[in-house]
Amino acid sequence: MDTLIQQLINGLSLGSVYALVALGYTMVYGIINLLNFAHGDVYMVGAFVGYYIITNFNLGFLPTLILTMLITGILGLVIYQVAYRPLRNSTRIASLITAIGMSYLLQNGMIYIAGPQTRSFPQIINNQLYKFGAIQISTMQLLMLATTILLMIALQLIVQQTKFGKAMRAVSNDPEAAQLMGINSNQVISFTFFLGSMLAGAGGMLVGMYYNTITPTMGAGPGLKAFIAAVVGGIGSVPGAMLGGYLIGITEVMISAFGNSMIRDAVVYLILIIILLVRPSGILGKYEPEKV
Amino acid sequence: MLKIEDVVVHYGVIEAIKRVTFEVNKGEIVSLIGANGAGKTTILNSISGLIQPTSGEIRYKNKPIIKTSTRDIVAAGISQVPEGRRVFNGMSVKENLEMGAFLRKDRAEIQKDLERVYESFPILKERLNQDAQTLSGGEQQMLAMGRALLSNPEVLLLDEPSMGLAPLFIKEIFNIIEEISERGTTILLVEQNATIALEISDRGYVIETGKIVASGSAQELLDSDEIQKAYLGG
Repeated sequence: MDTLIQQLINGLSLGSVYALVALGYTMVYGIINLLNFAHGDVYMVGAFVGYYIITNFNLGFLPTLILTMLITGILGLVIYQVAYRPLRNSTRIASLITAIGMSYLLQNGMIYIAGPQTRSFPQIINNQLYKFGAIQISTMQLLMLATTILLMIALQLIVQQTKFGKAMRAVSNDPEAAQLMGINSNQVISFTFFLGSMLAGAGGMLVGMYYNTITPTMGAGPGLKAFIAAVVGGIGSVPGAMLGGYLIGITEVMISAFGNSMIRDAVVYLILIIILLVRPSGILGKYEPEKV
Repeated sequence: MLKIEDVVVHYGVIEAIKRVTFEVNKGEIVSLIGANGAGKTTILNSISGLIQPTSGEIRYKNKPIIKTSTRDIVAAGISQVPEGRRVFNGMSVKENLEMGAFLRKDRAEIQKDLERVYESFPILKERLNQDAQTLSGGEQQMLAMGRALLSNPEVLLLDEPSMGLAPLFIKEIFNIIEEISERGTTILLVEQNATIALEISDRGYVIETGKIVASGSAQELLDSDEIQKAYLGG
């Protein structure tokens, strides 16, 4: 029982990062139907930006997090303006291929700038273990959970309550009708990329701190997992991405703890396949029949 | 108020609108009637800036607006209620109405206009927190109109407001259109249901495969035998 709770805590920590990254996938998909495969690499850039800020400026956790989020947010904006915006009126496959290209560009660009080697992330918090009976939770895990939950609450508030958040939902629902309201869809899409990339950057930095190591290819695995989380939760749905993230994180940890860590990824893909067969719109996704 | 001059619109190689010219004067209700596919919606979307005409000019208060963005056209005072309502599903009635006022910052005035919309469409006030997609077709039409009115337009473009509605709702909607007109809003109405449209209009234009084939006062069009046969099911 204790082990179960312990693993649940570990799963929640990992899942919260998947959820953060999945949110960006789902928001961008919701608004322009694009699977932004470069999103996992924005997460990687977040880890490196955090690393450079800490090693060069010696800032504390919160200022580093805020700066990292701002920088990755701007990166997301630039990616949209440079790579996707010119393709707004072309086929979806063109944008998808561009996204894959952008992913390679970011990865290899980072290898070029930082070198391919693994770096160890400087420790800026005093990582302690808190013990409750046989269960232990580290400062880092608490920090990760608290940060992601706060960010998700902030995102929900922005999307549900602010004028711009509502405009985001309007554009994602019916871009043309939204235009007729005077909403500038490019502004809204840019803002969506900004928000999503901020969250991915935060996720990257948190994972860098948690696992202590960063590499330019670190975005591929979690990027894919977060994408699966978004699909499982229901792509386009913000609560779905959160649910999917936690679900995938907990599953992975549980399989590693009680099964065989060798089949961990296989189980995640199996979940994806089952969801796609049984409920293609995802757990919280809306079933929308093809309109004629 | 609104002048459409020699406008040509292409979809790819197909010429959908062939040198169409007409105008809407301040305070009028003008109907654009014609069958499905005649190009009525294309004309409205050109006015709203959703479609770029190949040639010709559209003037609003004597200023050319053909290259103006939809956002700026809405800001200038032309608002469209699109065909098929196009309310934002998954958003409440209240949020839909708020989107109509997206470009405005005058809170007090917005509140006043909101009250006026509730007055015209009391049902919307009852359903404020309901998801727009749970409304009936008629209620959605009212929501779409209320939403457009919240941008405080000088010209309201209405695309097939009667489509798919029960006769009772159609009557109510057209009464409200007359009310909106009486308050000083200029109205360009696109309809397949020619009789009901012309009954509330000052003037009308008949459009057929991208060309205007007849025009005149609403009464003239209603009285014309030819038009009776072709469009009014007479």
